[in-house]
Amino acid sequence: MYRSQVLICGGTGCTSSGSMKIAQKLEEEIEKNGLADEVKVVRTGCFGLCALGPIMIVYPEGTFYSMVKEENIPEIVEEHLLKGRVVTRLVYDETVAENEIKSLNETNFYKKQHRVALRNCGVINPENIEEYIGVDGYQALYKVLKEMTPDDVIKTVLDSGLRGRGGGGFPTGKKWQLARNLVKDADQKYVCCNADEGDPGAFMDRSILEGDPHAVIEAMAIAGYAIGATQGYVYVRAEYPIAVHRLQVAINQAREYGLLGKNIFDSGFEFDLDIRLGAGAFVCGEETALMTSIEGNRGEPRPRPPFPAEKGLFRKPTVLNNVETYANIPQIILKGADWFASMGTEKSKGTKVFALGGKIHNTGLVEIPMGTTLRDVIYEIGGGIPNGKKFKAAQTGGPSGGCIPPEHLDIPIDYDNLISIGSMMGSGGLIVMDEDNCMVDIAKFFLQFTVDESCGKCTPCRIGTKRLYEMLEKITSGNGTIEDIDKMEKLCYYIKNNSLCGLGQTAPNPVLSTLRYFRDEYIAHVKDKKCPAGVCTKLLSYKIMEDKCKGCTACARKCPVGAISGTVKQPHSIDTNKCIKCGACMDTCKFGAIIKE
Amino acid sequence: MKTLAELQAIRDKMKNQVDIRAEDSSCIRVVVGMATCGIAAGARPVLKAFSDAVQEKGLHNVMVTQTGCIGLCQYEPIVEIIEPGKEKVTYIKMDAAKAAEVVEHHLIGGEVVSKYTIGNSELK
Repeated sequence: MYRSQVLICGGTGCTSSGSMKIAQKLEEEIEKNGLADEVKVVRTGCFGLCALGPIMIVYPEGTFYSMVKEENIPEIVEEHLLKGRVVTRLVYDETVAENEIKSLNETNFYKKQHRVALRNCGVINPENIEEYIGVDGYQALYKVLKEMTPDDVIKTVLDSGLRGRGGGGFPTGKKWQLARNLVKDADQKYVCCNADEGDPGAFMDRSILEGDPHAVIEAMAIAGYAIGATQGYVYVRAEYPIAVHRLQVAINQAREYGLLGKNIFDSGFEFDLDIRLGAGAFVCGEETALMTSIEGNRGEPRPRPPFPAEKGLFRKPTVLNNVETYANIPQIILKGADWFASMGTEKSKGTKVFALGGKIHNTGLVEIPMGTTLRDVIYEIGGGIPNGKKFKAAQTGGPSGGCIPPEHLDIPIDYDNLISIGSMMGSGGLIVMDEDNCMVDIAKFFLQFTVDESCGKCTPCRIGTKRLYEMLEKITSGNGTIEDIDKMEKLCYYIKNNSLCGLGQTAPNPVLSTLRYFRDEYIAHVKDKKCPAGVCTKLLSYKIMEDKCKGCTACARKCPVGAISGTVKQPHSIDTNKCIKCGACMDTCKFGAIIKE
Repeated sequence: MKTLAELQAIRDKMKNQVDIRAEDSSCIRVVVGMATCGIAAGARPVLKAFSDAVQEKGLHNVMVTQTGCIGLCQYEPIVEIIEPGKEKVTYIKMDAAKAAEVVEHHLIGGEVVSKYTIGNSELK
């Protein structure tokens, strides 16, 4: 029995800032102070507040240490664990109130969150199946196998209103129903999990697999029972080494405990699971391409129908759901459809996990009830925008999604609302942009991504995205015309309507949504040849303001191309023909005399 | 594993360990003074006895924690039991055996063990 437990985050974010070394140091110090029988160190999954990593929580007090360094460990062990004095200096500021330490759940970051899919992330040790069982793990599987028929299970999932969390938002229960009933005499069916999370800046599925892999395993077994499948595959990208490792450990433990394999819980039901590693192609997140890849072929999509529920993996009926979708299932079975349906909005039930990134204080992972406003997410949970800058837009849905401008900050986030304003839920990446971001440049960034990731099977996507990218390139380099903007818009709709799969059909979205809300920025680029945010270097020029220049010559010495001239103690000037716009002079000037426009 | 009983057995075993990580303001707090004075007087075995007993007996609404100097160093080891809505009870000159008694009678039985409280003049 331990009187105290120290939880340390083993998610990818904290691991890369050294949390595993800290955990080791912690164990050494605890041993050295003779506390090994009293204090236990637990390595968990992601807590969510990645911006403050490495993160460490000491229970039972619930003291939250942030940005912990290895050299702080002896002090924390001696003061806090040995003598019971919290090292306030190292505690997350928001939890330090006068004379006391506030609970983590009262901080702005956690207050408005509601954790369902992430409920065990940062709470249990993902590499120990018994900890998962300790938080009611595998109870749902037991209930399903012993007390429910497959049709009961499907009805519960249908009634809960759960929709696919991978982006499309297709009702999960409906998908299961189709896979169960469409083909009556199938000799084999499959359950697959899409963990091929590829949007830039998204790490929801990764964190769930790293923090709570058993929830996904349990849910896939439940899905197998519901549709009549005995084999499952998790398709996860090889670039997620921690997730792959923990998932494999979890699968092995589940087999050892008889929770995967033959005759589970003596019910006669059989189900097993294997991992298939993806090589990181974005298109393999598309369902038909993903299954083609599992089959061992080149990951390319095929036209639908037939849908996977009819002819999926190895041409057998298949259910394919996203990691986060599965993570909700055991809770829905245990707590009931009504409980789940009581959260969220009319058509979007439950919660959604978002990966907050970009120009925001609290970079990290958040889970909110559907219908929370974007304003709450950015300003309350996210802690607002750093350096007093103004909010310009939020990008959701990655390269398939769009931008949400300030006028829609108060829209409740759900599937249908986001589509109505030209964006989409996507898998949950949420990138915040401030006034320093150029929207044309953002569109170009995402287009570059889809150009690289287009598989090349269909022409509209392969050539269309490339041409679209070239047009954006032309505009950002100051050679665009007004006609280019119209032509670009036409091409966008052409690509959307004619591409084979979701990748191409959604690839123009970043361009279309920025055109919709920030057309003036495009016009500034082509008409005035100016980039209002000062990002597109070809449209910038650097200038020295004569009245502020002291003639210290610092900039002239720093300029790599010798474009700055002038005599000592006299105002200098920049030769714009020579200037390569590197910005070195501006960084060097102590008097703020150099401006870019 | 084939039966619910086996699953429940693991769950109950682990629940006591996992429960410590839940933060709940409605729970009873057992606070052990662990400043230099407390430690010197033997607060560590007391703390250990409380936390072991609470987990063994599965008292999910009790949180055992430590604090610094309570200010009455001559009466250490001091243990305070704080229950929401009730007056704080202060036990003094504790040891592991007394701790077990307090768990049994006070935390489980709901009766203050007055022979160990600060109000008992014989202890002073």
